[in-house]
Amino acid sequence: MPLLGITALSKEFGGLRALDRVSFTAEEGEILGIIGPNGAGKTTLFNLISGIYPPSGGEIIFQGKSILRLKPYQISHLGIGRTFQIVRPFQNLDVETNVLVAYGHRFYPSLWKSTGPFRQPGNLREVQTLIERTGLRSYAKHLAKNLPLGFKKRLEIARALALQPHLLLLDEPSAGLRFEESAQLMELIRQVCDQGIGVLLIEHNMHVVMDLCKRIVVLDHGSKIAEGSPEEIRSNSLVIQAYLGKEA
Amino acid sequence: MISGYLVTILITIVIYAMLAHSLNIITGHAGQISLGHAAFFGIGAYTSAMLYTEAGFPFWTSVPLAAVVAGIVGALLGVPCLRVRDDFLAITTMGINFVVEAIFLYIPFFGGAMGIGGINLPKWFGREMTKPEYFFLILVVFVFFLLLDRQLGRSWIGLAWASIREDEQAAGAMGVDVVRFKVLAFILGSAIAGLAGGFYAHFLTFIMPQNFGFGQSIVILSMVVFGGIGTRWGPIAGAIILGVLPEISRPIMEYRTLIYGVLLLGMMRFQPGGLLGPESILSKTFQRTIYRLVSPE
Repeated sequence: MPLLGITALSKEFGGLRALDRVSFTAEEGEILGIIGPNGAGKTTLFNLISGIYPPSGGEIIFQGKSILRLKPYQISHLGIGRTFQIVRPFQNLDVETNVLVAYGHRFYPSLWKSTGPFRQPGNLREVQTLIERTGLRSYAKHLAKNLPLGFKKRLEIARALALQPHLLLLDEPSAGLRFEESAQLMELIRQVCDQGIGVLLIEHNMHVVMDLCKRIVVLDHGSKIAEGSPEEIRSNSLVIQAYLGKEA
Repeated sequence: MISGYLVTILITIVIYAMLAHSLNIITGHAGQISLGHAAFFGIGAYTSAMLYTEAGFPFWTSVPLAAVVAGIVGALLGVPCLRVRDDFLAITTMGINFVVEAIFLYIPFFGGAMGIGGINLPKWFGREMTKPEYFFLILVVFVFFLLLDRQLGRSWIGLAWASIREDEQAAGAMGVDVVRFKVLAFILGSAIAGLAGGFYAHFLTFIMPQNFGFGQSIVILSMVVFGGIGTRWGPIAGAIILGVLPEISRPIMEYRTLIYGVLLLGMMRFQPGGLLGPESILSKTFQRTIYRLVSPE
């Protein structure tokens, strides 16, 4: 049984088909690359999986169960964490508190537990471990809005990891980063995946994708046009056409 | 002995502080703007007044029930408010205020424009409470709410509210049940406003729909914004300053709305975080003084 199974998933906005009968599966401990030109429907795909809006058709099966009618918070409770293409940390909270918000997912369902204080030694220890793992230690008490972009992206990953996810959706984690920053981030993603977490990676940096992923799905104009190993994708004529345009 | 006039002002201020505090839960903590908070103040006042004068309930049950009813209505009205955000939420809550005021005004059951009279101060030990005693009663209740607020601020509920205030969509993706925590803020804020309404009715002994109109909502919101939205002491400071100002002199009372408006404009321009906001001149000076006092040398 795959970790995530997507079947004929479609989404229309008004008359626009943002996603058109896309199907693929993702496994635990695998980094599945999702690439495609701008407007291909990659972020729409993530928003459908994380429940931000309902699909127009198709099915999403996570760990054997449909998550189609679930709300974003319920999906996150099942173990799907995500980051955002345009980073969205809680700007006026410090790094530690940002991660604590996601760590609280185990307390929120019970109103009684929610009344308990969140700065408990046990919680803080777990959160600090995550902060260290993502290399944010020296920033723990900084407000999120004051972090450089690369660290905001790390913060989003730390926050998503605090959900104890089985699947992580990363939306262009290396965009806007310097080479070293992006290399460090790749290393972090590899470590996450080594723990058995499945990763869906949207990425424009081909170097990163080809390096990290054993399998890649290519979207164009909302449809899946190719799927395969980096070598197969590189030599696929449809993919080349989508990126470079048709030869005259 | 405190003079009757002073006690009247003190009671008014505690009631306003309670209102500002309750609005701060919804708008400051959970980040949901409300321009109709006086509606819940009114629902509380009318509930306790009706229960007291029509159904013969004593103060000690009519006022807590006022909080319960306002809390329930807050939950019910909170639901449509969940579907809208920001400016739309502002208009929706404003609409709720107009509707509630109109119901009090045009339905004879609620006494219409004449309002409801004959509400008295509570009785205890076989006699009517004196005004200073009443002041201490509501002060004790208010202090209890402040302690509760501190507790909530440190709890997962407070953290969930903060995340919703910062970014609703990200909060949802991070496991926060946005709807549940928003409704919780509406219930709590409305219930406390309802309780304040009950205290107000029994203190004024006579209530009218106009006491709970849109203008009143703006006064409450001004206190919160002026003092420092989202802070614990700001709304209280706002209630004290804006509550005392009109009492100092008649002219200020007459130009009350004008002065409030100018103060708010100035505040937004120079101290958008409010008097006691984290970046304000006052809190910075305060921090510097403390630092100077405790730092060696």
